[in-house]
Amino acid sequence: MQAYKNNIDIMDNKRTDIPKNEEPTVPIYKMTVENLNFWYGDNKVLFDISMNIRENMVSALIGPSGCGKSTFLRTLNRMNEIIPNTRMEGIIKLDNIDIYRSIKEPSQIRTRIGMVFQKSNPFPKSIFDNIAYGLRVNGIKDKNFVAEIVEKSLRQAALWDEVKDILDKSAYALSGGQQQRLCIARALAIRPEVILMDEPASALDPISTSRIEDLIGELKEHYTIVIVTHNMQQAARVSDYTAFFYQGNLIEDGPTKEIFTRPRKKKTEDYITGRFG
Amino acid sequence: MNELKFRPKSKIREFLGEKFIAVNAFIALIAIVLIFLFIFKEAIPIFTDSEIREEAGLDKMVFRQEFYEGREAKWSWQPNSEVPKYSLFPLFIGTLKAALIAMLFAAPLGIGAAVYSSEFAGKKMKEIIKPIIELLAGIPSVVLGFFALMILATFLQITLGLTFRLNALNAGIALGLAVIPIVFTIAEDAMNSVPGSLREAATALGANKWQVSLTTVLPAALPGIAAGVVLGFGRAVGETMIVLMASGNAAIISGSFLDSIRTFSATIAAELAEVVFGSAHYSVLFFIGSLLFVFTFIINFAGDMVLTRIKIKIQGKM
Amino acid sequence: MADTAHIIKPQDIPSELPLNFKAKSKGILPRGATFLAVAIILLMLALILGNIVIGGAGSISWEFLTHPPEQGMEAGGIFPAIFGTVFLVLLMVIAVVPVGVMTAIYLHEYTSPTSNITRLIRIAINNLAGVPSIVFGLFGLGFFIGFVGGGMDAVFFPEEGPVWGQPAIIWAALTLALLTLPVVIVSTEEALRTIPPELKEASYALGGTRLQTIWKIAIPQALPGILTGSILAVSRGAGEVAPIMFTGAAYYLPYLPGKLNDQFMELGYHIYVMATQSPDVEATKPILFGTVLVLLTLTFLLNFVAIYIRSSMRRKRAGI
Repeated sequence: MQAYKNNIDIMDNKRTDIPKNEEPTVPIYKMTVENLNFWYGDNKVLFDISMNIRENMVSALIGPSGCGKSTFLRTLNRMNEIIPNTRMEGIIKLDNIDIYRSIKEPSQIRTRIGMVFQKSNPFPKSIFDNIAYGLRVNGIKDKNFVAEIVEKSLRQAALWDEVKDILDKSAYALSGGQQQRLCIARALAIRPEVILMDEPASALDPISTSRIEDLIGELKEHYTIVIVTHNMQQAARVSDYTAFFYQGNLIEDGPTKEIFTRPRKKKTEDYITGRFG
Repeated sequence: MNELKFRPKSKIREFLGEKFIAVNAFIALIAIVLIFLFIFKEAIPIFTDSEIREEAGLDKMVFRQEFYEGREAKWSWQPNSEVPKYSLFPLFIGTLKAALIAMLFAAPLGIGAAVYSSEFAGKKMKEIIKPIIELLAGIPSVVLGFFALMILATFLQITLGLTFRLNALNAGIALGLAVIPIVFTIAEDAMNSVPGSLREAATALGANKWQVSLTTVLPAALPGIAAGVVLGFGRAVGETMIVLMASGNAAIISGSFLDSIRTFSATIAAELAEVVFGSAHYSVLFFIGSLLFVFTFIINFAGDMVLTRIKIKIQGKM
Repeated sequence: MADTAHIIKPQDIPSELPLNFKAKSKGILPRGATFLAVAIILLMLALILGNIVIGGAGSISWEFLTHPPEQGMEAGGIFPAIFGTVFLVLLMVIAVVPVGVMTAIYLHEYTSPTSNITRLIRIAINNLAGVPSIVFGLFGLGFFIGFVGGGMDAVFFPEEGPVWGQPAIIWAALTLALLTLPVVIVSTEEALRTIPPELKEASYALGGTRLQTIWKIAIPQALPGILTGSILAVSRGAGEVAPIMFTGAAYYLPYLPGKLNDQFMELGYHIYVMATQSPDVEATKPILFGTVLVLLTLTFLLNFVAIYIRSSMRRKRAGI
């Protein structure tokens, strides 16, 4: 598979609204999760999860369906607050800042922790306006600046060459794989620090999937990535760190190589060898 | 190179925005409460003011009164005569007559059309029936009243040889026309909501299309159809313009449907213009308004509860 | 060993089951009867429309639509009534659409369907929809004219006679706004419900606030439904007479309403008075039928447009 090379220095648009960390000690982990418990109404779905997420690495969350990995992912950027009747306990930190208690308006944190969804969900707008949306809702109005970032984001997502002449066409004119890359470009446009991906390639054909996996490999140089996947081979290919979830519990986590070759828990081994799920 | 400086999110703006939207959302609730308060406020003197109670108290409105010495006690509504008479009974009879005729007319037609549309009609037919009903629903009640007054009344008088040109039958039929869309829509909805699995089960046991309808769909849809009839009745009781124009507006008590009638709503509409503010007549009109409000409130509450309960049951089954 | 006495052996079942396979009712009679119901409804509709068109078409002319009435409604046109109706409905729309849309947004985007607040507001909306129109008229008289208008007069014009505490187009418009509020709310909610939640999630994930998501994603998507609701509200408002009878409508005015506390002529009210209180019924008949035709055409056109928008909205949803 041909690897896409991006020669653009994508870090030349630095976010300047993010407060600098005044702590003398640099945090080891980009994000930390301590004793996370989560309820949908009266139904408890996450049990005392503690985990660390490493900067500039790809962390994969694996496990059988319904084990809570998507729910866990959504707690990382406070997306669960959109749904009524949910409750969470525990502490989640980004750069040592408690993202639930220290930040008043949840939308603030979502500009630093972005998300790409399982099923691509472009807006019923043009390709350009889709990418520009995140910039505009955050106050970036200058037309030339926006156009510049739109182009850079599309290049990063390896989509620019395919759409550069049809930027004003509806996003729905694109194929499934292209739409998903569009959504990735859209998330990249706001220059988050962490990107959460919920089964980003599960709805795509093998070629598109492979492209996305290559993309993830490149992106981790500048971003921290957390990806949920039910495809173990994908996890093994793409991630540096893997966490295994089962029925709302974090059974085991560690470097991907170790999890897949020398899992410590039996359940992990059973899942990896395909005995269930 | 340009810097990406995002505007910080204002929690205050979000908070104010949400509160503003919420306040507007409560207007519907506040309106109902205010309507209740202000209608009842003007009717209260019937119970509290001694002078008004003397003239038009609750007992005077309900029971037979001996208005003239020596003459027989009877019910009579004549607020503007020398001896003001405030019996509500003639108005009650009138309202009942009009609403009954309306339902006798609207229920069979509305339910029948709904059954045809839901159980017999092909796709093309359905697409013709729906606009017909919506067209009927779109006719303003003043136009239906006009139709009854100018055209229907003449027709009925000639065909049936009637004494009174404007009467309960005339108003009732026009009222029925106004109610048909309500009955039709709710009944058809009820039949469409019968789970397909029920129909399939009956078909699998060898029933033909009509047998499925008769034995499975109609019984299952019965609560919904009944709710439609009840809600239609509520509408018939509250309707004003049609009866105002087509019923003759005479507060007569009789058993015949061919006599003129006076309904509650038409009474208010006809007499509010000339009433003196603060008088007994004024309070009585608002009292009638309160009665109408309470009655339609109860009917709508009950009808909606039945329909919601049905919806929940269906969602449970599906 | 289990008692086998009760077990039916195959030999015990009679070979001819007494199932009645006689000719099953195909439902020809019910089919005919219910079709008759449809036919009767269609017939009555045709009678109404036919009579009105035949009786009124002769009166329709450019003069009829643009000139004021003359000779005590026996000649001339109905322009002031058309103007009054349009002005009235315009004021109503300005009042009802924002409130109705915000109510729908609050119910759909901000509250949970099972919360008590939601249930309470929904009960209020359902009951508002069922209040008889004459009761709205009473409310307009007692609350808007008496309380609000009277209050305004007491505070701002204590010396003069009634300025706001009398029948006025603004009070009639607000009364109608309350009456049509449920229509707008229901239509907007229906449209909001068709918005795929993923679109809103995408907006949130990009740092959009709830307000931004509503304004940039939800409302544009719900626009057809909002439009439908507004048009249906206009159609309803133009046809209702009982709420405006005592809150501002007049049979003959030598002026067109220009200020918010002016009275106004209106198509529906015009029909009512002309039909029931005209001194010479025969002479005013052409104008009367013409007015009815105008009102009917107006409401039908509006309804038609609204229904068209709604069905094309539904078809588009099914397509995407």
